[in-house]
Amino acid sequence: MATATPETSVSSILLAATALSSIRGERTLFADLSMTVRAGEVWQIEGPNGAGKSSLLRILTGLLPAQAGTVHFQGESITQCRDEYHQSLLFIGHKSGVKPELTAIENLEFYAAVQGQPLVEPPYELLANVGLVGLEDIPAQGLSAGQQRRIALARLWLTQAPLWILDEPFTALDVAGIALLEARFAEHVGQGGAIILTSHQPVNAEKFPLQRIALRYQH
Amino acid sequence: MANAARIFIQIVKRDLRVASRQRSDLLNPLIFLLIVVSLFPLGVGPGPDILARIAPGVIWVSALLSAMLGLERMFRDDFRDGALEQMMLLPVSLEVSVLAKIAVHWVMTAVPILFIAPLLALLLNLPTTAWGVLWVTLLLGTPVISAAGAIGVALTVSLNKGGALLSLLLLPLLIPLLIFATAAVEAAVSGLSATGPLALMGAFLVITITLAPFAVKAGLRVSVN
Repeated sequence: MATATPETSVSSILLAATALSSIRGERTLFADLSMTVRAGEVWQIEGPNGAGKSSLLRILTGLLPAQAGTVHFQGESITQCRDEYHQSLLFIGHKSGVKPELTAIENLEFYAAVQGQPLVEPPYELLANVGLVGLEDIPAQGLSAGQQRRIALARLWLTQAPLWILDEPFTALDVAGIALLEARFAEHVGQGGAIILTSHQPVNAEKFPLQRIALRYQH
Repeated sequence: MANAARIFIQIVKRDLRVASRQRSDLLNPLIFLLIVVSLFPLGVGPGPDILARIAPGVIWVSALLSAMLGLERMFRDDFRDGALEQMMLLPVSLEVSVLAKIAVHWVMTAVPILFIAPLLALLLNLPTTAWGVLWVTLLLGTPVISAAGAIGVALTVSLNKGGALLSLLLLPLLIPLLIFATAAVEAAVSGLSATGPLALMGAFLVITITLAPFAVKAGLRVSVN
């Protein structure tokens, strides 16, 4: 029971990147980068500005093609199983994807519905949890940067996707927001999910195991 | 398949909601169209014969120009706030989402034009016998503008000043549309059958609606990275 056979450990691999290279303009961001993300793991990608953290995340989601190398989701190339992969993926990028003309609830309803888990009723409890209660009728453009960020991050409580890829999730959040997010990360990982994130802030690694990849700025 | 239908409906619903909160963006091209058309009687003189002769061309050229004004909206806002990225990560082929965007754009920009078309015809003294054909050319032609326009917007969305470039890219491509639309209306004015040019416009419509989503997808993949 306790000893994992090689077979089960292979099947728990969510995402496998092999020999990825990325070249932007004249500059090689990284070359021959490989990583294997298993269920229950949190990966933090570190590095200075311009080192290619966001590019790496975008390659892993399939938004950006890599110059070399492949990304496999549960053993299948993500270019082959795009729809299945995107069904199992939640990506929150540098730009939040929150429509500024719509309210928090309308934004969340849209993302829940397209993922195939439409909200039965407005998620008041969730909004209260992420500190947006009382603001649900205001279009997002009337909210602060941190509050808009909270709308995007509220999707983490609504999704059933096992793999999360988050670009700087802690940006513009206050201390309470960060603690809330870390608690949600721990819960997700405990349920067999996996998270890949970038962050300039040190991530509190007490609640979940943290793997780190460091990218260096290459001239 | 159920997935595709559900996501199509959700995108249409969301975009209609967003558009309904940016009413000035929708009204401006329409007012522009009305003003340009009403400038012609002032510019070339109010002689009813001259106006009736140039009416098909004026209405169609003005409609094309006003379409260029609002076209950029289709993907620009989504590109800026990240909704475009999220759209590309939906568990459905990107063509479906693109088709939804084109449909919303058509409903929000072209349907109002269809409503004011009789007014435009009246302003330029177009003979009433040709009003029906003018309306059909707009009905067949405006989806072509939305669909072909989406290709141009997809290619230029990541550029800071894509607006002017967009018109330069698109207007030459839409020349055949202009030629056959005005030919149809002129045929109707002179009492001839307009079926030929209208049939060709129908062919343009079918071709652009079926092929544009693939081109838009390729354009967006280039722009969003």
